[in-house]
Amino acid sequence: MIVFENISKIYPNIVALEKVNLKINSREFVTIVGQSGAGKSTLLKLLTVEELPTEGRVLLDDVEINSLKSRDLPSLRRKISSIFQDFKLLSNKTTFENVAFALEVAGKSREEISETVPQVLELVGLKNHFNVFPHQLSGGERQRASIARALVLRPDIIIADEPTGNLDPLNTWDVIRLLVKINELGTTVILATHNREIVNTLNKRVISMDKGRIVRDEENGRYIL
Amino acid sequence: MLASIQRIFRNGAINFYRNGWLSTATISIMVLTLLVISSLMILSITTRVAVETLQNKIDITVYFSKDATEDKISEVTSELNNLGIVKNVEYISKEDALSKFKERHKDNSLLLQSLSELDDNPLPSSVNIKAKDPSNFANIVSFLESGSAKDMIDKINYYENQTMINRLTRFISTTRQLGLALIIVFSTVAFLVSFNTVRVAIYTAREEISIMKLVGASNWFIRGPFLAEGFLYGLIASIVSFASPYINAFLPKADIYNYFKENFFQFFGIISAIGVGIGVISSLIAIRKHLKN
Repeated sequence: MIVFENISKIYPNIVALEKVNLKINSREFVTIVGQSGAGKSTLLKLLTVEELPTEGRVLLDDVEINSLKSRDLPSLRRKISSIFQDFKLLSNKTTFENVAFALEVAGKSREEISETVPQVLELVGLKNHFNVFPHQLSGGERQRASIARALVLRPDIIIADEPTGNLDPLNTWDVIRLLVKINELGTTVILATHNREIVNTLNKRVISMDKGRIVRDEENGRYIL
Repeated sequence: MLASIQRIFRNGAINFYRNGWLSTATISIMVLTLLVISSLMILSITTRVAVETLQNKIDITVYFSKDATEDKISEVTSELNNLGIVKNVEYISKEDALSKFKERHKDNSLLLQSLSELDDNPLPSSVNIKAKDPSNFANIVSFLESGSAKDMIDKINYYENQTMINRLTRFISTTRQLGLALIIVFSTVAFLVSFNTVRVAIYTAREEISIMKLVGASNWFIRGPFLAEGFLYGLIASIVSFASPYINAFLPKADIYNYFKENFFQFFGIISAIGVGIGVISSLIAIRKHLKN
């Protein structure tokens, strides 16, 4: 379970988050909506400890992650995988190596890597693209590669920050279907988006944010701003 | 653990290969750096040899009076040796002096003839003193003039040559200081240029570094391949700089070539240690900034 407790994040001159309280249960599928600058990304970055709150605590299964030491961050980040709008693939590694990297980092054996990576790449529909570099892939393929990387360590939580922002409608739905499938297999998914159609079609819990505050939190919610 | 280290090196080697142009550029700069450093090493050896040769030419001669016995002179000799600032004392007996004199003037029959007219050997016995450092001559002379031997000393040729000795001493120490300053300045410049090149190479990878962190790589897992890359830069650069025709074209003209050849492994060891050192340390420093948080 994830708990944001009285979180504020204040940059010089800008209040990014203001007294946010939020609970997300494990295995939940949550969408966070809001306009650019509403604080969605900041909220997600607190989970991966890319940012620290100015006030308040972030708890993951009762562990206060905002006060973790930097040497404990790698293992946290192996439990929480991220998917980004700009994919964030390693440009000088092939698709296979990008996915394998997540396993290497976690110290998995070579046998396990050569067994797991092809399975996951096949799952996301990239079985014919093992040995190509990110710049040789289309946008949709890149996003699927990054989803494969996020999946491969079987994380507890997947954070998807505008994962469809750079994709055409067809690829968008591919990605969303993948996320739903991943969630059905037991992973918590937190999806930040401002795509109205996705939100309304998903019919999951919707958290609406505006100017750093949570303005609405509804089960089976809709995109209302 | 072992698997990690293996992975780190493999990743480093792969990055090195895939960033071919960047690696080539970085290595080229490092080759130039190492060439500057090896030239400085050669310069410093040349200077040292020249200075030593020069120093060996400087000596003073103490002439003893006629009544100085060989025993007493050898006493003085051993006292001098015990001073610790004397490099070498050479005793020249009256007979030696005479035969040297004859040898030197063998073409001058008049001189030799007049010498043979004499009943006695007119030449004094003497010692040649070389100091460990030419600036010590003044001390040696004052030791002789104040010590037990002062009565049997006829003459010391120090005062006649004093200006010359002082001038040479100054020249030697200036040369040394200048050489040292040159070495410091140029190796600093060379090091900084190399360091910056490695830094730029790592700067281009800053995006990758932040991604690796997000995927959950530990700092060592991120840093390792860059260090391996730096190691490769240094190693290859030192091999290239060593194989470079520059050194070979430069050397045969001088005597140092043999010296260089005899100490090949020592030289190569030093140069590759410097190369690898620059590569690894630059990477280590340059990546630090990107690993924070």
